[in-house]
Amino acid sequence: MSNSENKISKWEPKNRFMAFKQSSPDEKRRAIKEFFINNLLYILLLAAIVGIQIYDSRFLSLSSIVNIISLSAANLPIALGIAGCIILTGTDLSAGRIVGLTACIAASLLQASGYANKMFPSLPTLPIWAVFALIIAIGALVGFINGFCTAKFKLHPFIVTLATQLITYGVLLIYLMQGTNNGQSISGLDPKYTDFITGNMFKLGGVAIPNYIFYAIGITAVMWFIWNKTAFGKNMFAVGSNPEAANVSGVSVTRTIILVFVLAGIMYGITGFIEAARIGSNSAATGLNYELDAIAACVIGGVSFVGGIGRIRGVILGVVLLRIIFVGLTFLGIDSNMQYVIKGIIILVACAIDMRKYLVRK
Amino acid sequence: MAEYLLEMRNISKSFPSVKALDGVSLKIRAGSVHALMGENGAGKSTLMKCLFGIYAADEGEILLEGRRVSFKNSKEALENGVAMVHQELNQALKRSVSDNLWLGRYPTALGFITRERVMRERTLEIFKDLEIDVDPDTIMSRMSVSERQMVEIAKAVSYDSKIIVLDEPTSSLNDREVEHLFRIIEKLKARGCGIIYISHKMEEILKISDDVSVMRDGKHVATERASELTMDRIIKLMVGRELKERFPQKNNEIGEVVLEVEDLTTRYAPIRDVSFKLHSGEIVGVAGLGGAGRTELLESIFGMCEKKSGRMRLRGKEIRNDSPREAKKNGFALLTEERRANGIFGILDITDNTVISGLSKYRSGGVFLNERKMKKDTEWSIKSMRIKTPSRSTKIRTLSGGNQQKVILGRWLLTEPEILLLDEPTRGIDVGAKYEIYQLIIKLAEEGKCVMMVSSEMPELLGVCDRILVMSGGRLSGELDASEATQEKIMELASRFA
Repeated sequence: MSNSENKISKWEPKNRFMAFKQSSPDEKRRAIKEFFINNLLYILLLAAIVGIQIYDSRFLSLSSIVNIISLSAANLPIALGIAGCIILTGTDLSAGRIVGLTACIAASLLQASGYANKMFPSLPTLPIWAVFALIIAIGALVGFINGFCTAKFKLHPFIVTLATQLITYGVLLIYLMQGTNNGQSISGLDPKYTDFITGNMFKLGGVAIPNYIFYAIGITAVMWFIWNKTAFGKNMFAVGSNPEAANVSGVSVTRTIILVFVLAGIMYGITGFIEAARIGSNSAATGLNYELDAIAACVIGGVSFVGGIGRIRGVILGVVLLRIIFVGLTFLGIDSNMQYVIKGIIILVACAIDMRKYLVRK
Repeated sequence: MAEYLLEMRNISKSFPSVKALDGVSLKIRAGSVHALMGENGAGKSTLMKCLFGIYAADEGEILLEGRRVSFKNSKEALENGVAMVHQELNQALKRSVSDNLWLGRYPTALGFITRERVMRERTLEIFKDLEIDVDPDTIMSRMSVSERQMVEIAKAVSYDSKIIVLDEPTSSLNDREVEHLFRIIEKLKARGCGIIYISHKMEEILKISDDVSVMRDGKHVATERASELTMDRIIKLMVGRELKERFPQKNNEIGEVVLEVEDLTTRYAPIRDVSFKLHSGEIVGVAGLGGAGRTELLESIFGMCEKKSGRMRLRGKEIRNDSPREAKKNGFALLTEERRANGIFGILDITDNTVISGLSKYRSGGVFLNERKMKKDTEWSIKSMRIKTPSRSTKIRTLSGGNQQKVILGRWLLTEPEILLLDEPTRGIDVGAKYEIYQLIIKLAEEGKCVMMVSSEMPELLGVCDRILVMSGGRLSGELDASEATQEKIMELASRFA
């Protein structure tokens, strides 16, 4: 069994470096090439940051950095939710629409009492926590439907969430016709609500740090704990890696899948709750395509569609990287249509590099 | 205390078309190894599935320590001390050893927070007891099959199992690993466990087991003490007739050199400076321990492994074989080791599985495939390989291992290869079907084809091959004429660079 120890120690940085030094010029060239390909994404990103900074020195100013971080924080919960679905070798196409639905419901229930175009004019001022609880429940409910159909009917989550995406969107459109609203955007939010989300307790060098950055940090900590320290988290990875093995060992695969989707739904609800206050004016377009950015961020961060693989820090990295790229492209004045093209290419490159890790070389 | 640890009494099980089990009884003594033998389809796995509640038996009862039991699923069996180590290990490969060991029952605090240190300590305790030298934090996919199997046995032990079923445990182990497994089995015996040992390897069974039960056609044929049994007697019990010889007669004539391989070295695989020659009409065996690079040697000849240096000459002409496609064009054929993973297309029928390697042959008018010609060739293959199948549109995964292997052999013969590379051609195939595969191999050699055959079963290499190449640590450690080779000589060469 000493074999296994050799296998592991070969991967230690020191030994790898020694092996590199001893190898022939041809092998050295190959090793360098490998290193470049495997780290291409980070190399390109670094080059991009340096390039953009030279082009426009405001890119790395404090306010720009805080902007990047706050945009990342707003998108982190949805990405953390979707990451769980990807670890189960699934996906979740309904995420963005759940964000939209929960955002609009939160906004409609928390409009300022004196606002002229109130959706429900006779609605009293509701406590923020009550609306938050309702939003969580709605997210969890849609997540439960996703998980239940996936686990019980053995459907691929792609199909299930494609369906629930449509259903959620339909429900959202119907909801926007309620009360006095007639399909309009919902704005005029209760200042207490917007303060709670976008207000600030801290300033850094004169730049306000919005509260929701701290909420995102808290949520990330909770998710890290769930993924790494709980039996449920371990079961999630086991089911993603080999559902049959999990089943034989007595893990309830059905329950694990449902819970992962419920947890994801709650994350979308939280995203919606933050988004509503952050945007201020919510319509049927709120949340549109959020799931695609979230999936892209997960993949870039190494949460693999192979299943059973992913880390919280990878998701954070993916979300932040993607945000730096978007903000950077805007700084460069690249038009938004072109940004889609670039986004697509980045996802392809990231996935190809990720897949290389799981290929067995012959 | 009951006389027997486990008793299965008069178990019967019928499926719509067949009676799979007909009043089978099996009695396992505490502290013994009980071998369960029988050809594929004899009902061994159905019997085990009845034990683990995967099937409900129509008749009969199961007694565990004198207590009547009826498990609903393998988890329940496991909790009652009845465990099975499957042939195809069912593990979460991307997770660590201890995660796999405690899967489904993680030690927790407050009911949901896992206690990593407790897991690690308990894992090490069990490993120490079983002399398993594996770090509990290792990711499963980084370990060898034998190490993963040890983990699976450790898992059974951790459930405090009294009955442990080992299904073909040595099919992918080398001799040293088999010895380690046997040491572990002895330990379990000493603790009073009853081991049900399912295997096709008779040498092994005679060595390790105390009792041997033989099944045939869903019936229990005999249970005897292993010490009173001989190999011939077991074969007779299994097939119901006497197989006069384990290997067929051969009359192949060895001709001129067809393939010359010189200093073959691979980039990622462990092959180093391998040189040899293959003659027409010759059967060359490749022996070696697991990890010696036997499979990789065949794969690099066939263009599946990237070559770093070395030359290959086919009838004096330099060839490269950089891809399986190119190798096929040059007249090579490869029967892969992992039949299910990269041999058969399970959900496709026999016709599709037969014609897949030479589809271009069946094109008519450039686009459409000629159904009639495909049908003709498939029927030729079924007939000449003696494939037992209801029809040529049967899904291949419903056939037995031996018949699947024959379909794949037929597939390759239709490409009219000159050189056949066979990787463990009889793995997981029962005795009767093995004989037929040997016959086919010898017939091919008699027709003047070169056959290169990797096998872990030394008697098979000695019985079928003309010459045996022995590999060790990715290198060729020696070459033996089959007439003067012995198992001892092969072992000596095989451990030269290990």
